Amino acid sequence: MTTTGHRGLDHEEPLIFEQDSPGLSGVDLPLPKGGPDRLGGLGRSRPLGLPGMAEPQVVRHFTRISQRNYAIDAGMYPLGSCTMKHNPRLNEKVVRLPGLGDLHPLQPVRTVQGALRLVDTLAHWLKTLCGMPAVALSPAAGAHGELCGLMTIRAAHEARGDARRKVLVPESAHGTNPATAALCGYDVDPIPANDRGRLDLAAFKAKLDGSVAALMLTNPNTCGLFEDQVIEAADLVHRAGGYFYCDGANFNAIVGRVRPGDLGVDAMHINLHKTFSTPHGGGGPGSGPVVLSAALAPYAPVPYVVHDKGGFRLIESDPKAFGRIRAFHGQMGMFVRALSYMMSHGGDGLRQAAEDAVLNANYVMARLGDLLSPAFLGPCMHECLLDDHALKDTGVTTLDIAKALIDEGFHPMTVYFPLVVHGAMLIEPTETESKASVDQFIAAMRALALRAKSGDAEFFHESPTLAPRRRLDETSAARHPVLRWRPPAPPAAAAE
Amino acid sequence: MSARRYTKDHEWIIVDGDIATVGITDFAQEQLGDVVFVDLPAIGKEVTKGGEAAVVESVKAASEVYAPIAGTVVAVNDGLAGEPAKVNAEPFGGGWFMKLKVKDPSELDGLLDEAAYRAFVAESH
Repeated sequence: MTTTGHRGLDHEEPLIFEQDSPGLSGVDLPLPKGGPDRLGGLGRSRPLGLPGMAEPQVVRHFTRISQRNYAIDAGMYPLGSCTMKHNPRLNEKVVRLPGLGDLHPLQPVRTVQGALRLVDTLAHWLKTLCGMPAVALSPAAGAHGELCGLMTIRAAHEARGDARRKVLVPESAHGTNPATAALCGYDVDPIPANDRGRLDLAAFKAKLDGSVAALMLTNPNTCGLFEDQVIEAADLVHRAGGYFYCDGANFNAIVGRVRPGDLGVDAMHINLHKTFSTPHGGGGPGSGPVVLSAALAPYAPVPYVVHDKGGFRLIESDPKAFGRIRAFHGQMGMFVRALSYMMSHGGDGLRQAAEDAVLNANYVMARLGDLLSPAFLGPCMHECLLDDHALKDTGVTTLDIAKALIDEGFHPMTVYFPLVVHGAMLIEPTETESKASVDQFIAAMRALALRAKSGDAEFFHESPTLAPRRRLDETSAARHPVLRWRPPAPPAAAAE
Repeated sequence: MSARRYTKDHEWIIVDGDIATVGITDFAQEQLGDVVFVDLPAIGKEVTKGGEAAVVESVKAASEVYAPIAGTVVAVNDGLAGEPAKVNAEPFGGGWFMKLKVKDPSELDGLLDEAAYRAFVAESH
């Protein structure tokens, strides 16, 4: 323990409100000249409650807390299902070009022909990569894309007078899938997974009838596996008069190799912030365009861009469209970054990125498989899923491994998700990591696994020991959350 | 009072007259870890056998609690709002979730008895 509480150059930093020096200010403004009070007695009776601070103090405060932020720019971030991958700096350069960075969504269309061409080109890339004829670009994130997809499906059913009430969702789905279906007013019926970690086709068939509006399936699925009976599932749901919604959150594992349209998909959202490298997780807004089959395309929301001899135009109303889901046109900044990523990689580069992501995950699985327990037989796709079988009787849990990994300098993997796997550890290295960096992660994981098996549970229960904060009491935090700082009670008004 | 019966989703039920008490098993609470929140149904709600009746949230996950049999909710364990830890400490006692007015007592016959539930847990985990 040091005198200051700092650990070397890692500074212990109190809340900004705890650093309040009343009266201190970063600027020296003259006091307002006295004059008649026109506030009619509505002037503040108590202080505003902002901390008094000098400018360097404010700068240091935010710099110090920003240095505590672990990010993909700082190191490996193998958070499965989130796809934390590198955001190329070229994207940032392109998005700041004045013709793109200084646009306003209410500008006259003739002054934004280049931007509309960019949107049209992005749509072309997405449609081509997916083998599907239409795309709705406006959804603001993945779950918003799901909502857009299901609203399109509902509009298509309603247009033929066939109101349906049920959506089938595998148990291993992202939590957003059943939530989306419920928000759309559908009953959600879960389908179990089989012992290969994939959709149980027999159970699916048994639940399929004329009340099913759609199947929502993630492919590759949340267990990091390719749904190898996806075409049969698509045929079955189509024969029952339903549509096939594919959650495209994991498209990054198959882009350039598999076209979802060829699998019978009717609607699929694409997380531009995963597959196409736009920043997320506090770094920027998401963007979740939805590709649509010919059957659903007429019901896509407005606005969309068309090109005719007058140039590019925005279609703002369309009687068949189910409506609009954004005030404006979508996340333009993300469109620019995603197209920059696509064009700088080219079709072959996108394919290689997907292949490298899958290779890295399989390398992790192969190198950890003897000490830890893969939940399902590989090969896997872009994520390596372990269960806690190998930790049985060691007294060490999945959470302990995650905490100890922090001391080794890694952001932990996703833990306890998917729920269908006991003590799940979902590791997604992505194509960003070099072999050297994946090897370092593997070495850390192997050392931890050996230490757990050697009976040193105490070490794990103490972890992390090198982080700015030790093991947090998550239970108390959830049971008695302290959601905001409150000023200490003012001292008794002795002066008055 | 009947013997306690169980579901494969790890709920228990015990019937006294036409009122059934429902909770989650010791195995379920142990798998969930520290319970931090319980969302109980409204009094008067009709639940169906196997239908969602409550939600239990732990530091690891949120899970549905299903009604072992059909019935009407006549009471809920309000104490769990302030003290969700009771689900961990006394799953078969003070950590009960709800009381149901039983609709069809014959639905109880399809549930597991203690020996069958223990065997189910041992076999599947």
